[in-house]
Amino acid sequence: MRVISARSLDEALAALRDATAASRVLAGGTDLMVELAAGRTSPDLVVDVGAVPELRGIRPVDDGLWLGAGTTCTELLHSAAVTAHADLLAIAAREVGAAQIQNRATIGGNLGTASPAADLVPVLFALGAQVALRSATGARVLPVEDFVTGYRATARRPDELIEGIVVPPRPARELRAFRKVGTRRAQSIAKLVVALAIAADGGVVTAARIAAGAVADRTVRLTTLERALFEGLPPGGLADAVAASVAADTAPCDDVRSTARYRSTVLARVLVRLLAALPSC
Amino acid sequence: MSACVGSDLGRPDGPAKVSGRAVYVADLAVAGAWHGGAVRSTIAHGRVLRIERKPGFDWRRVVVVGPGDVPGDNVQELLSDDQPILAERVVRHVGEPLLLVAAPDLPTLEAALAALRPIVEPLPAELDFESATRVLHEVSIDKGDPGARFDSPPPGARLFEGTWRTDSQEQLYVEPQGCVAWPADADGTVVVRGSMQCPHYVRKALARCFGIAPERARVVQLTTGGGFGGKEEYPSVVACHAALLARAAGRPVRIVYDRHEDLLVTPKRHPSRVHHRTLVAADGTLLAMDVDVLLDGGAYTTLSPVVLSRACLHASGPYRCEHVAIRGRVVATNHVPSGAFRGFGAPQTCFAIERQMDRIARALDLHPFALRRHNALRLGDATATGQVLHDSVGSLAVLDAVAARTGIDRHRWCAPAMAVPSSNSGRVRGLGMSFFFHGAGFTGSGEELLKGRVAIRLLPDGRAEVAAGSTEIGQGTTTVFTAIAADALGCDPGDVVVAVPDTAAVPDSGPTVASRTCMVVGSVLASACRELAARIGGAAGDFRSRARAWLAAGGDGIVEHVYGSPPGLVWDQATYRGDAYPCYGWAADVAEVEVDLDTLEVDVVRLTTAVDVGKAIQPRLVEGQITGGALQAIGWAQCEVVSSRDGRVQQDRLATCIVPTTKDAPRFDVTIVEQPYAHGPFGAKGVGELPMDGGAPAVLAAIEDALGVPADRVPATPERLLALLEQRERTS
Repeated sequence: MRVISARSLDEALAALRDATAASRVLAGGTDLMVELAAGRTSPDLVVDVGAVPELRGIRPVDDGLWLGAGTTCTELLHSAAVTAHADLLAIAAREVGAAQIQNRATIGGNLGTASPAADLVPVLFALGAQVALRSATGARVLPVEDFVTGYRATARRPDELIEGIVVPPRPARELRAFRKVGTRRAQSIAKLVVALAIAADGGVVTAARIAAGAVADRTVRLTTLERALFEGLPPGGLADAVAASVAADTAPCDDVRSTARYRSTVLARVLVRLLAALPSC
Repeated sequence: MSACVGSDLGRPDGPAKVSGRAVYVADLAVAGAWHGGAVRSTIAHGRVLRIERKPGFDWRRVVVVGPGDVPGDNVQELLSDDQPILAERVVRHVGEPLLLVAAPDLPTLEAALAALRPIVEPLPAELDFESATRVLHEVSIDKGDPGARFDSPPPGARLFEGTWRTDSQEQLYVEPQGCVAWPADADGTVVVRGSMQCPHYVRKALARCFGIAPERARVVQLTTGGGFGGKEEYPSVVACHAALLARAAGRPVRIVYDRHEDLLVTPKRHPSRVHHRTLVAADGTLLAMDVDVLLDGGAYTTLSPVVLSRACLHASGPYRCEHVAIRGRVVATNHVPSGAFRGFGAPQTCFAIERQMDRIARALDLHPFALRRHNALRLGDATATGQVLHDSVGSLAVLDAVAARTGIDRHRWCAPAMAVPSSNSGRVRGLGMSFFFHGAGFTGSGEELLKGRVAIRLLPDGRAEVAAGSTEIGQGTTTVFTAIAADALGCDPGDVVVAVPDTAAVPDSGPTVASRTCMVVGSVLASACRELAARIGGAAGDFRSRARAWLAAGGDGIVEHVYGSPPGLVWDQATYRGDAYPCYGWAADVAEVEVDLDTLEVDVVRLTTAVDVGKAIQPRLVEGQITGGALQAIGWAQCEVVSSRDGRVQQDRLATCIVPTTKDAPRFDVTIVEQPYAHGPFGAKGVGELPMDGGAPAVLAAIEDALGVPADRVPATPERLLALLEQRERTS
């Protein structure tokens, strides 16, 4: 296993020229180091981007708020800009692991690992975030939902690096909510996690993004429910719309943390409660 | 003079631990030490055909030890000889060690372990203890004639049946298992230093493994990061492995488990199923009890007979009943062996009897508090073994204390099977209680057979050194011994030092288990100190000056005492009749929970507990034991899932092995009750295990109160509560 510690974005991108599908990018290490210790991964190349200055920083850009991929959870939850424009991210970042993990774990890493139980990814879905990718030969931007392609799988090519994430400006009258159900009150991995952002004008839903984690092989949008909010609820009302969406859009499983039955039932209840509490729905 | 007992001294071991200077086994600098590890079974049951060595590895870089390399008996010395140090022909649980390897560094060790592949032919594995048939041990307790009572109950009496289950639990001590072993020195002595509760147990195991006299094995405890019973018997396994490797390598070998290995292979709490049949008069008087206790012992006997014994001795609870039959069995399965864990069988049977009492109360429309108080054992009553309680019975005192603190005696419980509760906030509250006792010290004649010894000896500078095999594992032994010795000697705590438990330098005071260190070992220490104080005399001058003068005059500065049971204690191990324990600690808990109706997450918002400890030698430490033990019980009650798939523990990392954090902890309201025990030091009884016993039944009773579904199994996870609620909807 080759390890290259990059000191600049150019060095990181140069190192990634040789990367293969088996190569890994190391940021905070809170996922990768655990996998390595458990023998679950044996990369041919590890590119450490933890000290790359260009990956740090939160700043306003034309199309919203730029979050460098190396932004840590601690930085997210202490950032005034994040609290003002993307408060759900700060709320979710507080739910990630313990303080020590929050100090190391990065938003780029959380997205890059693409665990179905990731806490920040559903929030990025709900906020309609864009992922900025860069390689030695070019750059591209993808909607976050197109970036996550499967179980711990993403659209990132081996030679690409997540450079940053753009969160679009917060629309007026957008209502947002986040709920994580874990195995205990702190330092837990999600049994299920929900993030939603709904814009309404005069009681009419104009935009809705509802995302859930740990209820399928990847983070998912609850599109059936979103459609019902636009087009009108079924005769059974919100509960039926939620139930139909949970059935259609999720595929939870039994695992060491919970059961499929619990995940689908509780996801539905949490959604009903969150949506019922939103004044426009 | 009682300056230290009852006050709060600083912890002598505290500054080094807080500042990071304390030396744990992983920190110990040992020149030239190699790293040791084990090749383990990956299946629950199978016939070992051979162990393949993958080509390409240079085996000259490491040493490999197999069953044939054990110089003494290939037997893990404990109660039974059924567990080998290294499995030879058959493996009986996932993680069972087959071969040992030592290497100069960890990467080489890992490469060698990966290059050794056991070829094991699978055999059918028994993974359901409720259907397992191989019995490891049985216990019967009989009092009166319950059969006749059940056959012809008096008019108005009613029969109640209940089946109660508890799952396993992981000790999760902060520091994983580990030790360093040295090859035999010039006079043939094998030395082991490590993390452990019972150095003299480890010594005995090494003697058997090496076929040497116990004196030729020297075991020294290092700073130990917690045990909870998990370091009672298992450190002997690690020590034998390390010592065998040190012998083969001709150099010191260190084995320190990482958390993953520790979670996968070390013993945990015995899963249980307890069935109760209870005959109750209309006024709530318990007329007859029939209790069937079944424990999952796992693959080997380990300490299961004693765990079963304690489980059965607590199975009828702290209640009066003239006619009792208790039948206990521990059966073998192909799970990792179950072992010692705080409470040692009592939490399982305490859960069952307490939930059974709630069931009876509801059915008879009696108040659960009143039912318990009505039947509570009092001074002069006899337990299930016929033990008459002569002194130090705080039963009513603890019940009345929690009633005064919470008003539980006036609480109206919800009826079971009521409609699904609703609330605008989506949260509902519930209250539950438990009442329990815990026998302090070894069961029956255990202390008499053990004859624990403690020495107090004057050092040349006039300080007094406490010498005992009892270990500081975070619970405060050092502080408690310092307080007892200082007051019994009439000196300052600064005049007392506590010797490192080193089998070559301290007498065997017995294992640090069974809530016995303060009560039993402390009482021997107090009597030894009083004799030494009498020798030195109470002349003028500070203690050290007097001690030095005594030594200068040729006085004997060493007093060693042996434990003697209080007069009148009688125990018949064959019939389980008589005085099961020298005395009991008593306690009552009230749990207040809030349940989220969407997620069925349970918050224990307040836990009120009153505990009769005889005398709190160090009140702050006692409170720490009580709140820590109660939180461990709360975790077991609601979130500490331990499950296995094909015999492999699934919660094998800290990411999945869940215990409560401080955020999950309730507000604690602790009342310490002191009903002194005449034979304990300054009146003290045991406290270590008692707080583990009552949390689970109180929390599950509170959940039942909140949700109206019968909570009959530990842990009551949200997933299980959902299943119970759905079952009720289907049937109603």
